[in-house]
Amino acid sequence: MFHPDDPLAPPRPAFNEAWHAQVLALADTMVKAGHFTAGQWAKTLGAALAEAEASGAADTEETYYSCALAALESLTAAHAGIAGADLADRKKAWEEAYRRTPHGKPVNL
Amino acid sequence: MATFNSDKAAEIHRHLHSHLPSDPALRVKALESLVVERGLVASETIDRWVEAYAEHIGPKRGARVVARSWLDAGFRARLLENAAEAIKEFGFEGSATGHLRAVENTSDTHNMVVCTLCSCYPFSVLGMSPAWYKSSAYRARAVREPRSVLSEFGVDLGPDIAVRVWDSTAELRYIVIPQRPEGTDGWDEDALAAIVTRNSMIGTDRDLKAEAV
Repeated sequence: MFHPDDPLAPPRPAFNEAWHAQVLALADTMVKAGHFTAGQWAKTLGAALAEAEASGAADTEETYYSCALAALESLTAAHAGIAGADLADRKKAWEEAYRRTPHGKPVNL
Repeated sequence: MATFNSDKAAEIHRHLHSHLPSDPALRVKALESLVVERGLVASETIDRWVEAYAEHIGPKRGARVVARSWLDAGFRARLLENAAEAIKEFGFEGSATGHLRAVENTSDTHNMVVCTLCSCYPFSVLGMSPAWYKSSAYRARAVREPRSVLSEFGVDLGPDIAVRVWDSTAELRYIVIPQRPEGTDGWDEDALAAIVTRNSMIGTDRDLKAEAV
């Protein structure tokens, strides 16, 4: 299933989706700011990946980043006081902001 | 007679709001806005991280480190002694390389790096890890059957070459120093760095080619 890199292939972007970059950026900058440790991040992400694998999730980058997001939500709840209900409310607020904002205009809460 | 098709209605709804980000993208946006609002991390810090890792930090950094280790015996000794300190000579210290160990390939040893737990990787010298490095297949098989995995990557090791697999952790990351290929006498650091592949520094590539790039 693995194969050598093709040296003639065009370079691939570091991230396929902007949110993939944002998840890792948040995790790393929160570790640097001391909200949780690199060890806690690795352990929580590892547990999320093991759970995904056990549930038969596809072995893809999309699954990996979904696990990274779940791990980040769990750590920010446990160590930074960001409760699930606050997150759900804020997500709903962003959804509404996107729905009411015409295409091409900046989306603000 | 009009009928209600919930799938169709949902599709029309999605189409009307096609600029609505995906569910995970909205979850990240919600989290980021709360993190910033509560002063846990500054939004500029997050933006700078994304720009750095999307645009600037990649395996060319590691390749420079390897090239210098081929040219400068003193640097090579410092690198093998304490890689986290040695990469400061380039200003490459940073994410996840507070503790970094360099392991050198020889004619009878091949090194290969994995993170069996999650995806620990020396980001500040190799950039973002490739998708396969994060896959559960690689994380499991690199330890269980490294020679088979290497063979799929095009690296067929003879029985006289030992394989060492290094399991990265949050506290300790690894970079493989591949062997300098024959035919590169007189090459400078730039020319040498250009032939060092990312996979050779993870250990899923071995014999570099002395072909000017």
